[in-house]
Amino acid sequence: MDAASDIAHEAQHHHGPASGLSRWVFTTNHKDIGTLYMWFSFLMFLTGGSMALVIRAELFQPGLQLVDPGFFNQMTTMHGLIMVFGAVMPAFVGLANWLIPMMVGAPDMALPRMNNLSFWILPFAFTMLLMTLFMDGGAPNFGWTFYAPLSTQYAPPTVNYFIFGVHLMGISSIMGAINVIATIFNMRAPGMTLMKMPLFVWTWLITAFLLLAAMPVLACVVTMMLFDINFGTSFFNAAGGGDPVLFQHLFWFFGHPEVYIMILPAFGIVSQIIPTFSRKPLFGYASMVYATASIALLSFIVWAHHMFTVGMPLAGELFFMYATMLIAVPTGVKVFNWISTMFRGSLTFETPMLFAIAFIVLFTIGGFSGLMLAISPADFQYHDTYFVVAHFHYVLVPGAVFAIIAAVYYWLPKWCGRMYDERLGKIHFWWSFIGLNLTFFPMHFIGLAGMPRRIPDYALQFADFNMLASIGGFVFGFAQVFFLFIVIRCITSGEKAAANPWEGAEGLEWTLPSPAPYHSFGTPPKID
Amino acid sequence: MDTSVCRWLNAPLSRLLQAALVLSLLPQDAAAEIPLNMPVGVTDISRSVYDLHMTIFWICVAIAVVVFGVMFWSIIHHRKSKGAKAAHFHENTVVEIIWTLIPMAILIAMAIPATATLVKMYDTSDAEVDIQVTGYQWKWHYKYLDQDVEFFSNLSTPREQIENTAEKSEHYLLEVDNALVIPTGKKVRFLITSNDVIHSWWVPHLAVKKDAIPGFINESWAIVNEPGVYRGQCAELCGKDHGFMPIVVDARSPEDYQQWLLAKQEEKEQQAQQAAAATARTWTHEELMAEGEKVYARACAACHQPSGAGMPPVFPSLIKSPITTGDINAHIDIVVRGKPGTAMQAFGNQLTPAEVAAVVTYERNAWGNDTGDTVTPTDVQEHNAQ
Repeated sequence: MDAASDIAHEAQHHHGPASGLSRWVFTTNHKDIGTLYMWFSFLMFLTGGSMALVIRAELFQPGLQLVDPGFFNQMTTMHGLIMVFGAVMPAFVGLANWLIPMMVGAPDMALPRMNNLSFWILPFAFTMLLMTLFMDGGAPNFGWTFYAPLSTQYAPPTVNYFIFGVHLMGISSIMGAINVIATIFNMRAPGMTLMKMPLFVWTWLITAFLLLAAMPVLACVVTMMLFDINFGTSFFNAAGGGDPVLFQHLFWFFGHPEVYIMILPAFGIVSQIIPTFSRKPLFGYASMVYATASIALLSFIVWAHHMFTVGMPLAGELFFMYATMLIAVPTGVKVFNWISTMFRGSLTFETPMLFAIAFIVLFTIGGFSGLMLAISPADFQYHDTYFVVAHFHYVLVPGAVFAIIAAVYYWLPKWCGRMYDERLGKIHFWWSFIGLNLTFFPMHFIGLAGMPRRIPDYALQFADFNMLASIGGFVFGFAQVFFLFIVIRCITSGEKAAANPWEGAEGLEWTLPSPAPYHSFGTPPKID
Repeated sequence: MDTSVCRWLNAPLSRLLQAALVLSLLPQDAAAEIPLNMPVGVTDISRSVYDLHMTIFWICVAIAVVVFGVMFWSIIHHRKSKGAKAAHFHENTVVEIIWTLIPMAILIAMAIPATATLVKMYDTSDAEVDIQVTGYQWKWHYKYLDQDVEFFSNLSTPREQIENTAEKSEHYLLEVDNALVIPTGKKVRFLITSNDVIHSWWVPHLAVKKDAIPGFINESWAIVNEPGVYRGQCAELCGKDHGFMPIVVDARSPEDYQQWLLAKQEEKEQQAQQAAAATARTWTHEELMAEGEKVYARACAACHQPSGAGMPPVFPSLIKSPITTGDINAHIDIVVRGKPGTAMQAFGNQLTPAEVAAVVTYERNAWGNDTGDTVTPTDVQEHNAQ
């Protein structure tokens, strides 16, 4: 290390954060940025959640009661967009910011200024998206999958705000991904070989490559829409020689890797938490890494299973069916590994463990319905029904969201130096668990019985289960307000936490004091 | 609390109890009232699909029992509070290979019948009846190729039921004015396309779901074994009234089907005569207004709203608009030819000249537009001839 950077290093080491608002606006610190991401994500989670409750309130009974069908479509669209791009993805980037430098023994992320930029783009992107609710013609109403030509020729004029919003989110994600890759490849402590990295770091590394490959495709597809709408091209208009199905191919070429972008870091989190509370090393570390990598690779050759009904040739239909079924193999390996980790362990059931166990059970149920959906002839009956809604909410809510909540409970003591209230945490868990299953389990039945998704009103035979789902939705929603209360109470008045509050936790982050110092590792730790 | 509120609260509660009851009696016939599973359907294909669905379902259940069994065994027996000491094993190559190979074998076993069914579903050759199905925002159009029969199929549930001012009927939202009639025992091929956005034609009992894509034609087929009425819905989000464009298939014996076809052809001739008569006769302004109001409610109100205020900017207001108060010919033109690339369809093939005249007259005088104009069927015919 040369003298200049030595001095810079020292200067940084002795300076804490700036004070006031400028700390947050100009920060290049991975923990501050991680915190910003987490709070932003939670804000979006409540926003998207409120929209879900508007949907569930309208569907409480058959008939139109609260909103008109046009606004209903705006709600389903915005709920999906906000939850995917505003809640789940930023939460994982926030966790990556907080944890990756501490887990690999680095002082900070590799590209701190870009880190600041990639966060601060997001509030503007979502302001732009949410503004459309108050404009002429209303917010985007064509579903979060925005199929052309409903989203081009037939779209409300606000579609342009949506396109620019998506562009900004994409730029933010790509910068975040570059930062993660640069950090992991360059800033690991000496001796930490790739195959010694914690699984959360591994899954995020693979996720970052998925982001790099998938987000530009999304940028392309929205740009093509922009041109179709404003500049007279006909990419997606058959009358001009284009093809509406081309849109779907491009969208899902992004969309399917996106699905794994939202679940691989969750796999990483669960792979950290299960061994801790089983007091036993993770079973099959290497096979976990290989399984994650194979899922990521497979994610690029299964996209058209979202399009089994568009009239693909038989050969295409068969290829995408087989490839999709194949994903069950590496996913199964992961589930078997987690359960083998628990087997003959010494288990305790603190809140993070409860959420992690629920993750395994409920994500696996979502995986089963995914396997059913892979069977193309059967998919003709499942496609675009509530069965699909049940499926992807089972992998995203108890999957991605439960993993994020588990991560917050697990690392909160490290972040703020205080413990949450274990009793309240357990109440939050059971409250969420019951609400969630009440909401989404009945959707399997109404989907199989024939209720299409994205409809504001339904036939009478679907009434009972819709009512159950609506009640469940409100139960689940208010549980998350309770979660906010638990976190704030922990930050302000929780008991002091030890450097390692968990008996079985291993990893570099637990060698730092709680709360973790502003700059994680000034000198790299030794790895044996 | 007033009684209507009580009823509002009671009905849901009793239905919830009923649902709970049904769940607890799952395998019994009581479940017939509230459907819980995919219908077996009425075609050989739909039966194969149902079998595939149940096979993969039971495979998932079996795997779940084993996997969750081991998990809950660990949760119950290997807890620290019971004095469990953690073992230290963390890999076992043999086990890991086995649990990669077994799922692989299960999947291959599952892929074989799935492939067989799919190949059958894709064989659209040798159809005896060809029907072109076209999705419109928000109705279906059926055209019997070679039979000179075609018609639109609209939702027939009254507005009052949707707005909760009338009791909901048995087939609420699943009923139409003109059902698609097909013969049983014959291979019927559906040629599916769209006039505007993507729709999806889905009848669960036929196990047919195919996207209707503007500019392209998709094929699907069914041989219905049992006569009956089978109901479905549009399955692809297609805009505001996506939830209000049901599909009703009425399968009849080949003899009944032939009779229906003849009656339909006769009806078509009668309608043509009536339309010609309506065009030829003289209409008073009041008659046109009365007829126009009816046509407007049926064809226009979904977008432009009963109040004429529309939902701007996507569905423009008709109140004092340049179209409804400006040049009469431009007004007739947009009704007859539509506005390409928007939800405004060409109504020239959906409405008779008399109906167009009536609705244009209505729009030019309702909601305070008060132009005093009277558009006659002859005006419309002359316009069409141009």
